[in-house]
Amino acid sequence: MSEVLLNPALLMMLAGLVALVIPKRALGVWAVVVPVATLALLISLPEGAAGQFTVFGMELVTRRIDGLSFVWAVIFHIAAILAGIYAWHVQDRVQQVAALVYAGAAIGAVLAGDLLTLFLYWELTALSSVLLVWASRNPTATKVGFRYLIIQVISGLLLMCGALVMHQQTGSIAFDHIGLEGVAGWLIFIAFGIKCAFPFLHNWLQDAYPHATPTGTVVLSAFTTKLAVYSLARGYAGEDLLITIGAIMTAFPIFFAVIENDLRRVLSYSLNNQLGFMVVGVGIGTELAINGAAAHAFAHILYKALLFMSMGAVLYRVGTVKASELGGLYKSMPWTTVFCIIGAMSISAFPLFSGFVTKSMILTAVAYEGEWIVWTVLLFASAGVLDHSGIKVPFFTFFFHDAGHRVKEAPWNMLLAMGITAFLCIAIGVYPDPLYAILPFPVDYHSYTAAHVITQLQLLLFAALAFAVLMRKGWYPEEIKSTNLDFDWVYRRLLPRMTTAVLNGVWAADKAVRGVALRTLDGVVAKASHTLGPNGVFSSNLSTGAMVVWVSVLLGFYVVFSYFWTA
Amino acid sequence: MASEQRDERQRWLDRPENVTKIVRALWIACGALVVAEFFYHKHPYFGFDGSFAFYAIFGFAAYCVIVFSAKGLRRVIKRDEDYYNE
Repeated sequence: MSEVLLNPALLMMLAGLVALVIPKRALGVWAVVVPVATLALLISLPEGAAGQFTVFGMELVTRRIDGLSFVWAVIFHIAAILAGIYAWHVQDRVQQVAALVYAGAAIGAVLAGDLLTLFLYWELTALSSVLLVWASRNPTATKVGFRYLIIQVISGLLLMCGALVMHQQTGSIAFDHIGLEGVAGWLIFIAFGIKCAFPFLHNWLQDAYPHATPTGTVVLSAFTTKLAVYSLARGYAGEDLLITIGAIMTAFPIFFAVIENDLRRVLSYSLNNQLGFMVVGVGIGTELAINGAAAHAFAHILYKALLFMSMGAVLYRVGTVKASELGGLYKSMPWTTVFCIIGAMSISAFPLFSGFVTKSMILTAVAYEGEWIVWTVLLFASAGVLDHSGIKVPFFTFFFHDAGHRVKEAPWNMLLAMGITAFLCIAIGVYPDPLYAILPFPVDYHSYTAAHVITQLQLLLFAALAFAVLMRKGWYPEEIKSTNLDFDWVYRRLLPRMTTAVLNGVWAADKAVRGVALRTLDGVVAKASHTLGPNGVFSSNLSTGAMVVWVSVLLGFYVVFSYFWTA
Repeated sequence: MASEQRDERQRWLDRPENVTKIVRALWIACGALVVAEFFYHKHPYFGFDGSFAFYAIFGFAAYCVIVFSAKGLRRVIKRDEDYYNE
């Protein structure tokens, strides 16, 4: 039993519950110390499966440390530590407890060796993370949180159904390669796909993340979707369908990001686009590709957190992250500006920044498989990344027209968190070997070749030049207040409208049918009252003579009839 | 706040000619990267990616395609900010 408890995830979640009762002043330090301690525990634990026990004849493996789960568990810990520092000043118990339980659940899911354990943690990430949206404490956030929760819980239920079908058919619920075979395989695939924000299943992300608290979005950005990428890498590596899905994911969000005004939503679209690169890597499934997906997830969690941190700091100080209301903030928040630019250069994959040494692994793996169309799409998407995350976010926030905001620089703890994250983004870019060393497979890849550096700089600087030209010509779409419709329109507008229309139709049809029935009934009643009423045929006084005649006729008929019948 | 703004010293970036300098520097950097085409050993994956200044042309073109398509997309999907009434 002690083996079961010796689990960084469980301990972090228990610490999250302890945060319910400790003094509020201690919440900040608790949120940093706990993940540091559990990270130390994780590193000290041996590889392999541990913490097994049996429930209803199913063997659960609560802690599996191997090449794939280790790298994810490490980056999830680092993300938890950085988010802890960033939210040090937050004395909101709900958020601090939720953040620890959420991070713990995500780590637990990554370490899960069977589908039932995975399912429990999977649902727990949903339940704990929604609190970070609700903690904004406004009616919109409440609604958005419910939408988010419903979609996340559906994902969990699909996962459970898939696991049960699998147990029925194979007698095992081990979480290894699943593959797109049979009902179980597809159910679990869709469950993972929802959490991974596959096209048409993606809108929960752009819906919920911009509505969480400034610190909450930083936490949210790290775990849920990367847990899904991990799960796909574990269960569906090498599935060709993922290559197509991933390529679409890299491409379509960039168009939405260009015209989106809420910069945290821009980053959410950008997150979606980055997930696409990882999904393609998983779909390719070679050692280089899986390494690339893992490395890119690692780097991505850091630079995406850094970007969300910088926007969180702006939201915290200015009160908005709408591009149309920002500009010139470098004068007030110089450090935040620098850190945001480092995040932007990392996601854009400039040489010496983390994206450069991780994304190229995926592109190279794609090229080795001869997938030239997918490769071209990824290159196209890379130019798109430069636009929305590399240029748009820092440019319209910190430069462009001075919007006149004169605010204080971000609090010390936010700056510290951003500073460490920025340092890590550059450290990985300059010296990727320590990251390469913990990847699932041995790495034989060198990102710093003359050709790679020059071609990447060509791609990025010429794209930047295009921005400069379009900007000066006045052709770049201006930042305006707006809501852009996306697929969520289907379930936020179309389906409710159709339901209303259908219900109205049913109601009208029902009314018509009942009208016809009533009129028929009325007719019958009128007829009956006409026939049987006081003036009706049956009520008239006929003479007895007539009656006698009729009786005689009947009797006569009877006599004739019986005579012929017997004869 | 207004007086604060008046007292503020003018920043280097506040002067339009300095922004022009940055754009010129970008042109020069891009020019240098095209010149660099002659000085490194290419190992293209497919062939077409080894053509002259492929990445430069692709980067510029892709960026323009993205921006103009997004402008077109905006015409179709843009609604009022409070469209969903939340």
